[in-house]
Amino acid sequence: MAATELDNDSTLERILAEHAGMQCPLLPILHAVQDTVGHISAEHVARIAKALNLSRAEVHGVVSFYHYFRQHEPGHHVVQVCRAEACQAMHCETTEQHAKRELGVDYGGTSADGLFTLEAAYCLGNCAAGPTVMVDEKLYGRVTPARLAAILAEWRNR
Amino acid sequence: MTVRIYVSRDAAAQALGADETAAALQVAAAAKGTSITLTRVGSRGMVWLEPLVEVEDATGQRIAYGPVTADDVPGLVQAGLFDAAPHPLRLGRVEDMPWFAQQERLTFARVGVIDPVSVDDYVAHGGFAGLQRALGMTGAEIVHEVLESGLRGRGGAAFPTGIKWRTVLEQHSPQKYVVCNADEGDSGTFSDRMLMEGDPLCLVEGMTIAGLAVGATKGFIYLRCEYPHAGHALREAIEAARTRGYLGPDVCGSGRVFDLEVRMGAGAYICGEETALLESLEGKRAEVRYRPPLPAIKGLFGEPTVINNVISLASVPIILERGAAYYRDFGMGRSRGTLPIQLAGNLKRGGLVEKAFGVTLRELLYDFGGGSASGRPIRAVQVGGPLGAYLPESQFDTPLDYEAFTAIGALVGHGGIVAFDDTVDMARMARYAMEFCAVESCGKCTPCRIGSTRGVEVIDRILQGVEQQANLAQLTDLCETMQHGSLCGLGGMTPFPVMSAVKHFPGDFSRDR
Repeated sequence: MAATELDNDSTLERILAEHAGMQCPLLPILHAVQDTVGHISAEHVARIAKALNLSRAEVHGVVSFYHYFRQHEPGHHVVQVCRAEACQAMHCETTEQHAKRELGVDYGGTSADGLFTLEAAYCLGNCAAGPTVMVDEKLYGRVTPARLAAILAEWRNR
Repeated sequence: MTVRIYVSRDAAAQALGADETAAALQVAAAAKGTSITLTRVGSRGMVWLEPLVEVEDATGQRIAYGPVTADDVPGLVQAGLFDAAPHPLRLGRVEDMPWFAQQERLTFARVGVIDPVSVDDYVAHGGFAGLQRALGMTGAEIVHEVLESGLRGRGGAAFPTGIKWRTVLEQHSPQKYVVCNADEGDSGTFSDRMLMEGDPLCLVEGMTIAGLAVGATKGFIYLRCEYPHAGHALREAIEAARTRGYLGPDVCGSGRVFDLEVRMGAGAYICGEETALLESLEGKRAEVRYRPPLPAIKGLFGEPTVINNVISLASVPIILERGAAYYRDFGMGRSRGTLPIQLAGNLKRGGLVEKAFGVTLRELLYDFGGGSASGRPIRAVQVGGPLGAYLPESQFDTPLDYEAFTAIGALVGHGGIVAFDDTVDMARMARYAMEFCAVESCGKCTPCRIGSTRGVEVIDRILQGVEQQANLAQLTDLCETMQHGSLCGLGGMTPFPVMSAVKHFPGDFSRDR
């Protein structure tokens, strides 16, 4: 997700063209934009609205409704910590506390080095081996604070 | 001679290092000069034994070893893994292990066994037999078969699937749709994910049969974005099915049209509610619709729509293959067939157990689950996701049956069971239920949107020891308003975990912290 692509007109034009002819393409377009540039800016919202003949308010309403869609640029990696019941039963609060302390942020924040954005997840579907953490698309089970420290160190060195 | 090896590609296995184990096996085989064929399969459901490695021995039996981390691989190979030799991690045949042998695997029969995206593997294990039979039947005959099987919606509402289908069949419309609800957001549930990762063609087949039954030509799978692995498996499977003519403009040469598209959700629990899901598919904010009209009459894009959960649809192929009576003969009372049960949270042997309805919670928690992972007593279990009731030990003998659970003010839901040991603070769990509802409320109706936030505040006062009795009365009153005044199950059922915690664990709401 190179930041230089952020304001590249042709990227959004390409995504819009790829979804032409699709029934109700708004969510797939928003996914494609976020997958490509990392977030969905006010500028993107305005241009998507124009292309789909929707109001900016309608598109903004959709972007802001869904937890997954992001309006600001995230860190290089997104760290999701599951805080649903099955992970709570395995005391995920200690993993949560460690994540917040080590990254120096609360949920929604990005670490000062710009590497990690921390997010809360409400079930990652790994409920028989919690606590569960996902970094980008890589899932980790039985994540104790010590294991989380090792995982973050590994991602830092990538 | 080439040795056949199987390692899971299931997300839960990957979360415990299956990719690294698979890579280490390749390296070790190359170093030893042994030729191996490594197939990535779904998970057998024994999550505590993942990464599970199966090796085909000289007689063609699959011998399991587990849990096998990448670090275990060199030693195992040296001990003769490729010859299925003895080792402390050797488990024998999965089918002979009591945990597995005592299950009734109908919907999950192929999961963990076959290459999930291989049409040949799928067909060799009975796949598409149900579809072939359905192609020779009228829509009404297919609907009758599903109705007779007693199959009820496995997403949680337990509404008879056949009645839903019949309603859509009776609508006169040139365009109808089949929608699969794969927005499995309940904590403690992962059977949809396992099925989609381990046997996605089964879902493809079930949806195609639904399309034939009601006269729909297009299907959508609405998948939650927290499941990227399932998305990859589904897209691969759909492409493979299309290439082989099981999907597309001429299904199996019958002249019938049916095709599928995967659409990703965007992190909204409310999309598990079917009308919110339809709004989301239409590209809108996922706000719950008023009913009537039912989706079966006016659903996606205003057209008649079958909308079912993954497991409901994936149970259809075996019903068509073996006949309604075969499926109906499993189960108890009005709960027919089997339920893929997910053992989660604080359990020693968590994973997926498919059993006929009627198995008790105690059997599941102790015989299958092996008791708590922490070794402490199990104090409470939550069945049916974040909207399910918390049950105390005195109710562990309740059989898994929709009616038996309703009778004790609980729900079976999607079959997720989350166990907590005696360190759990039930007042905090009640607070979390309200907090979750506040985070996930779509905002359309007031009892859910405002009630959940007020609920957090009231429980906070109880936790602080402020006028506990008065605040408990307030909480009870608030829960009644939410239960009866909310538009859908999110606000309407959040009172279940809250009030069951108050009822069964009153001490946690009256003590000082």
